[in-house]
Amino acid sequence: MQLTGAEIVIRCLQEEGVEYVFGYPGGAVLNIYDALFQQEAVKHVLVRHEQGALHAADGYSRSSHKTGVALVTSGPGVTNAVTGIATAYMDSIPMVVLTGQVPTHAIGQDAFQECDTVGITRPCVKHNFLVKDVKDLAVTIKKAFYLAASGRPGPVLVDIPKDVTQATTEFSYPKTVSLRSYNPVTKGHAGQIKKAVQLLLDAKRPMVYAGGGVVLNNASAQLTRLVRLLGFPCTNTLMGLGSFPGTDPQFTGMLGMHGTYESNMAMQNCDVLIAIGARFDDRVIGNPEHFFRTDRKIIHIDIDPSSISKRVKVDIPIVGYVADVLDEMLKLIESSPQRPDPVALKAWWADIKEWQRKDCLKYDTKSALIKPQFVIQKLYELTKGDAFITSDVGQHQMWAAQYYKFDKPRRWINSGGLGTMGFGLPAAMGVQMVNPGATVACVTGEASIQMCIQELSTCKQYHLPIKVVNLNNRYMGMVRQWQQFFYGNRYAESYMDALPDFVKLAESYGHVGMKIEKPGDVEGALKEAFKQTERLVFMDFITDQTENVFPMVPGGKGLTEMILAEEL
Amino acid sequence: MRHILSILVENEAGALSRISGLFSARGYNIESLTVAPTEDPTMSRMTIVTVGSEDVVEQITKQLNKLVEVVKVVDLTEGNHIERELMLVKVRASGKDRDEMKRLADIFRGRILDVTDKSYTIELTGTGSKLDAFIQSIEPGVILETVRTGASGIGRGERILRV
Repeated sequence: MQLTGAEIVIRCLQEEGVEYVFGYPGGAVLNIYDALFQQEAVKHVLVRHEQGALHAADGYSRSSHKTGVALVTSGPGVTNAVTGIATAYMDSIPMVVLTGQVPTHAIGQDAFQECDTVGITRPCVKHNFLVKDVKDLAVTIKKAFYLAASGRPGPVLVDIPKDVTQATTEFSYPKTVSLRSYNPVTKGHAGQIKKAVQLLLDAKRPMVYAGGGVVLNNASAQLTRLVRLLGFPCTNTLMGLGSFPGTDPQFTGMLGMHGTYESNMAMQNCDVLIAIGARFDDRVIGNPEHFFRTDRKIIHIDIDPSSISKRVKVDIPIVGYVADVLDEMLKLIESSPQRPDPVALKAWWADIKEWQRKDCLKYDTKSALIKPQFVIQKLYELTKGDAFITSDVGQHQMWAAQYYKFDKPRRWINSGGLGTMGFGLPAAMGVQMVNPGATVACVTGEASIQMCIQELSTCKQYHLPIKVVNLNNRYMGMVRQWQQFFYGNRYAESYMDALPDFVKLAESYGHVGMKIEKPGDVEGALKEAFKQTERLVFMDFITDQTENVFPMVPGGKGLTEMILAEEL
Repeated sequence: MRHILSILVENEAGALSRISGLFSARGYNIESLTVAPTEDPTMSRMTIVTVGSEDVVEQITKQLNKLVEVVKVVDLTEGNHIERELMLVKVRASGKDRDEMKRLADIFRGRILDVTDKSYTIELTGTGSKLDAFIQSIEPGVILETVRTGASGIGRGERILRV
């Protein structure tokens, strides 16, 4: 059957079972939009800014394990999308980004709304393509979906010139596709797995450190079984929260720059560390030299060989899908008569319990001002820990990570790697789209929310009953915190004057707005908001401006060189 | 430490900039880079000479392998290998220098490709250090122009890089 390029694009999306495309039309993609208009299987979500489209597709993917799809026009459509692409790339989120391009004969002529899309996005995609011939279109889109979701996932971009969307060819969609240059190692090395299991069984002070890779590979069940079977303590990275149940007694909380005292101490003092789908990020282990002042053996499971021994030398590297490797490990452990030394393990847990006595997340509960931590705690209690929580970037993000206990994976949606302010609200749209009826809350701050606030309009159009929890301290809180600690209280440009009236703003977009100024009103407001299951409710919590995130490992310091709340 | 990386890569537009972009984005060195299609026109072979510690070169190799268009990467310096570079050098060749330049070219097994009454253009092949030695043996003022290809490399004996 002869189809135009534009029709082929839509047919490919149908073949891939894509439900939603998040996008924004423009000159170069008019043909594609026309084809989209003439069918019903693939639904389009019209955002208000291309960055929102990318974050929405991203949130859609993170909360569902499906590949997110975004569609934007050439030139400014692409440059606006770059932040969203880079966000997904840093967190390894499978996405296919379709971009319009000026006609092939105009490429390189500085045409209207032309930019070198493939060049601009090259460093922040897993791969990208420019399709110059309509005959290559279907197979290229197939490759894009395959690349995005396999191996270490990531965004893949397909740039399609306008004349290619107009040209016609015979359509056939390949069932599978393979590339001779792309063969990710997915099965862990049996010998290495055996060695790793032995090391774990012989450990006296073990620590399990699990990250976003466990979530991405749907390996939470395996991780949970492994940790419980061995009786080991387990920590999660910011990206890994929910991969191990946050309410499990073996969970020691998040680690890293704003991790718990007990997790960081255990990381430093363990004798065997198993890193699972985590990459020893600078915000996670602090100064690597300090980290190596204590001796420990390290096992590292990751799908990406380049993540292994990048910042930290490891003893037993295992490249493969986390789920498969953990399955193999579980088999070996279950069939082994050996169990970890119970006496040593008891002593190690006693150490951890001692560290836990620091109660590093305590805060002033008697304050006359609203403490942001209190809002998150109430949010957790009222949603019974079962909501999808998206966040923006800054103090509120850390408080959400610290005080909301995620028992399930894919419930905590945040920009961990790139740290993109403006992510939370559009991400929540994608989450709500793919989880209709679920409780979705966006924890944000008055600075972050304004970076993509225009998406409140999209939420209205598509009836997305997101609950926005705005922790409004009138500061870029994390910037202010660093200025207080490390720049002699010189608050350079971190105070935000002339804030909008968020209640009126929400109302003008057609939503419900609430302003909460007293601790005693927090619970009532949240209850009231969650009762409104059909409406978006914007809750503007006026919080204590001076509150800081603790514990804190200052940049460049060792993991155990934490500043605790009581020390100030 | 100096390493010679041989890379088989899909002969596609953009593959070169993906690879060079990787080096600049991650702060790796490129001493030289040469690339041309192989006997299979769908594939190119690239030789990159780089300098870095063992850890850095391990990362470079892993990062290169991660690029979707890269088919294979080998560090030639890990084993026996042959390394060659081509240089064209135009030198002043008049008066007493004229005979001297001819003799020097012979000693280095160079070939004179082009002659005018004032200059020779000499072709020279060898390792980078041989080419350096040739340049150092000529007075700087005598050299009019040089162009070098950068190193190409291949493993010795049974060491074969192919798909």
